[in-house]
Amino acid sequence: MYRDTDHRPAITPQLALRVAILGGFALVMFGVIFFRLWYLQILSGDKYLADANNNRVREIRVDAPRGKIVDRNGNVLVDNRPGRAIVVRPDKLPPDRKSREMLYKRLSPVVGQPWREIRKNVATQLKAVPFSRAIVKQDATQAQFSYVLEHQEQLAGVDVERIFLRRYPHRSIGAHLFGTVGEVTSQELKDKQRYRGVVQGDRVGQSGIEYSYDRYLRGQDGADRVQVDSTGTLRGTLAERNPVQGHQLRLSLDFNTQRIGQAALNGRRGAFVVMDIKTGEVRALGSSPSFDPNIFAKVIKKKDYDALTSAANGSPLSNRAIQGLYPTGSTFKLITSVAALQSGVITPDTPQYDPGFFKLGPTTFYNAGKTGHGTLALRDAIKVSSDVFFYKLGAELNNVGNGHVLQSWARKLGLGHSTGIDLPAEQSGLVPSPEWRDRLFKKKLTDRPWSAGDNVNLAVGQGDLQADPLQMAVAYASIANGGYIVRPHLGMRIEDSEGRAIQEFGTPTRRRVSVRPEFRQAILDGLFMAANQPGGTSADVFKDFPIKVAGKTGTAEKGLGRPDQSWYIGLAPYPNPRYVVAVTDEQGGFGAETAAPDARRILAALFGIRSQENKVVKGASRTR
Amino acid sequence: MQAGLGTTVRDFREPGPGPGLRLLRQDPLLLLATLGIVGASIYTIWTATNTDIPGDPTYYVLRQSLYAGVGLLLMFVIANFDYSRLREWRIGIYTTMIASIVIVFALAGATRGSKRWISFPFFNFQPSELGKLLLILALAGFLVDRTRRMSDRDTTRRIMLLALLPAILVIAQPDLGSGLVYITIACALLFVAGTKWTHFAVLGFLGAAAVTIVLVAAPAAGVHVLKDYQVQRLTAFINPSHDPRDQGYQLNQSITAIGSGEKTGRGPEGATQTKLDFIPEHHTDFIFSVVGEEFGFVGCAFVLSLYALLIWRGLRILTTSKNLYGSLLAGGILAMIMFQLFVNVGMTLGIMPITGVPLPLMSYGGSSVLVTLLCLGVLQAVHVQARETAVSKGRGSLL
Repeated sequence: MYRDTDHRPAITPQLALRVAILGGFALVMFGVIFFRLWYLQILSGDKYLADANNNRVREIRVDAPRGKIVDRNGNVLVDNRPGRAIVVRPDKLPPDRKSREMLYKRLSPVVGQPWREIRKNVATQLKAVPFSRAIVKQDATQAQFSYVLEHQEQLAGVDVERIFLRRYPHRSIGAHLFGTVGEVTSQELKDKQRYRGVVQGDRVGQSGIEYSYDRYLRGQDGADRVQVDSTGTLRGTLAERNPVQGHQLRLSLDFNTQRIGQAALNGRRGAFVVMDIKTGEVRALGSSPSFDPNIFAKVIKKKDYDALTSAANGSPLSNRAIQGLYPTGSTFKLITSVAALQSGVITPDTPQYDPGFFKLGPTTFYNAGKTGHGTLALRDAIKVSSDVFFYKLGAELNNVGNGHVLQSWARKLGLGHSTGIDLPAEQSGLVPSPEWRDRLFKKKLTDRPWSAGDNVNLAVGQGDLQADPLQMAVAYASIANGGYIVRPHLGMRIEDSEGRAIQEFGTPTRRRVSVRPEFRQAILDGLFMAANQPGGTSADVFKDFPIKVAGKTGTAEKGLGRPDQSWYIGLAPYPNPRYVVAVTDEQGGFGAETAAPDARRILAALFGIRSQENKVVKGASRTR
Repeated sequence: MQAGLGTTVRDFREPGPGPGLRLLRQDPLLLLATLGIVGASIYTIWTATNTDIPGDPTYYVLRQSLYAGVGLLLMFVIANFDYSRLREWRIGIYTTMIASIVIVFALAGATRGSKRWISFPFFNFQPSELGKLLLILALAGFLVDRTRRMSDRDTTRRIMLLALLPAILVIAQPDLGSGLVYITIACALLFVAGTKWTHFAVLGFLGAAAVTIVLVAAPAAGVHVLKDYQVQRLTAFINPSHDPRDQGYQLNQSITAIGSGEKTGRGPEGATQTKLDFIPEHHTDFIFSVVGEEFGFVGCAFVLSLYALLIWRGLRILTTSKNLYGSLLAGGILAMIMFQLFVNVGMTLGIMPITGVPLPLMSYGGSSVLVTLLCLGVLQAVHVQARETAVSKGRGSLL
């Protein structure tokens, strides 16, 4: 219990007085407040209402700069440059045609464009994205900017904005990865989850990395609120809501490897991929011919766009590394080997005789150059790239089990479906199967049903097979990493502007395929012999190379008199490979002729061997 | 209490209200005023902020509702707690308060910025707000110890010094408003406890001298006790300015907003002063301006009468408390609410200096809302206890 002093059953007169004083004080204060309210709201309300109506603000939107994109070493690949834009807001334009024409005529000398052109320009943009603002001039000067701000009465509906334009300091290097930024469409805005906080007129990633990592790269727009009086004269800045820059994205890309890769292809049509075989981190991924993405920073002209998409120019916009639909030539033999070994058609040491040709019914299949390799087992068959050896496997695999063994292994190892890389618009390719061809035949889209010959062709990567370098890289990686199908990815982590990590992406989930270790080792042995022993298909290319490589050449025939497509897929450093490199050149001829020397340069860059980066060592092997 | 054999006498008289009924023992009018103000706050914040964050119209209102919900829950819990026990912990409570304020200083030093809060994952906790309640609990406890020596100058001196220590600490944060609330709380506690009038006269003189020194003499001598902007804010209401970046200008905008509300307000849609950001901090310190603009004289009168109801019930609880400690708690809490109410509303009307004091329960802000509701919980506890005592002594009825 508490002491008696704390017991006060009845209220003392002194306390009563003091409570009365407190209450009285409150009463007085309420009185004062009510009188003041009465005075402000009832007696002078009209005056204040007029004042309030005279208060007007105009909001000048300030684009938030998007986050930078840097490579694994912090080299800036994409950043921003500030620009001023003069825009037209449809909701504030004069409604009638006449005054709109007058407006464009007044605007014409300011931006230095004929007024008809402005009108046409605005109309096209508003048609594309209705109710948004149309950009009249994207890179306006300070003088133009101020003029528009100060002549609002004559230029109703015309407005200024501070914007940021994407800048690609290395121009064509990595151009296919970054993608473009554009105004959010009304269709996209319906996706509330993805475009949370985005409003009409905001610019968001529309393709490539900019699209995949948009939610991180996107900043938060700011606004300058300027006060104007009832006549529209500028009275000062009320408040500035500063834009918040988007986060920085660090890619696993290695800039120098990427640069050398593109230099090696040198504008020829082709693509390359360098990937970490364990994690799927992409160190380089490029397509050739390339383009300068800086032209997309502004509204691109139709003529430029047509040039970038024309087939005659080699469709520079398409990313052949993930969108190419190619036969892979002998590089496919890795998959045929796995299928044959796992299904028990051969053991690593089963000998076969290669006379230089293979007869299947009325058809005869030949080795390249029609030369025979004699009796050999799997390792040597890979080393010299004996077609006959694999023709036989293809024919036998067509009769094993349900006749889909080869197709099913191709799919298990990553062909025929997208790899799941963090880039949009990836193609899934095609693994030809009996059902596929029979269906086409039924629809009369092809002249014949499936036959064993199709499987023979598939076994050496010819015919109807469609795959891209990235898929092949994944397949090769799985043999070298113990059977994991990795998911290739470019995004490594999200950082603040000082490069401190905010979120690491880590290794995406991998799928495991079960291939017996001794089979994997036999294949790797063959690949190593091909690149290192005399007679190996790429041995002369890698003869003096300081890093040990295991790899396979490929030469895909495309028929119709078109040049052969050159392929090379290598694993390095042997015997404990960490990277896979896949290169293809659409018109490169034999694998050892173009793709293998390109791969050699890329590997030199990857391992930091400066002296070899630009050295072209062509191989003499004329195998497929 | 005697533990009798079997049943006690009390059990005959009072058929022991179950836990469900305990809620009803709170002062219903005080509860009504509390819920009314919380409701008004949530509605006003919704209308004022639904266009502030593009794409996220419910950002502020959701958070405020969450704070209020948690606060009300805590209020109900505390109302059933015998507050008298808190007296024993007065030293611990006082130490906790000082420590939490000092921790903010340490954290602010680490980040090299002025900081008033400690960051938690979902909530920035502001110790200077909770300090208001802790100070009331502790000082009232110290005062009860010295009831027989109320006329001692030493008593007054000690209590004032105990309040000045945290006040100076938070003013240095810089949070001038909370510091002034602390000093007000101490004065109110002394007033309710019965300190002699002569002591108040001396305190008043010292206060006036301090203001003169801080605002006039010290700056003249080159010592700046308050930050420039604080002085500017304090004096702005005397001389409103026309510079848009100035505090006085914002005061003008607040007055314009309230005036333009006229009798029944411009409605949430037509309230340009609020929607176009002419009123700075329209969801926190200047929320009363929003009420004035959107709902006019009628709206202001409604909100103010809820506060009047709250104060009336508070004063009544002060007089019916079962012990002095309860009366002092009620007095301190009332003083805290009244001071913040009058200073905040006065500020928006241009008759009080801008001190950064929130409008209790109305202004957006987790710490302030939670602490005010905790205080009201204590007030209800004083009422519940007084009632139980009265019933057990045969005076008064339960309902």
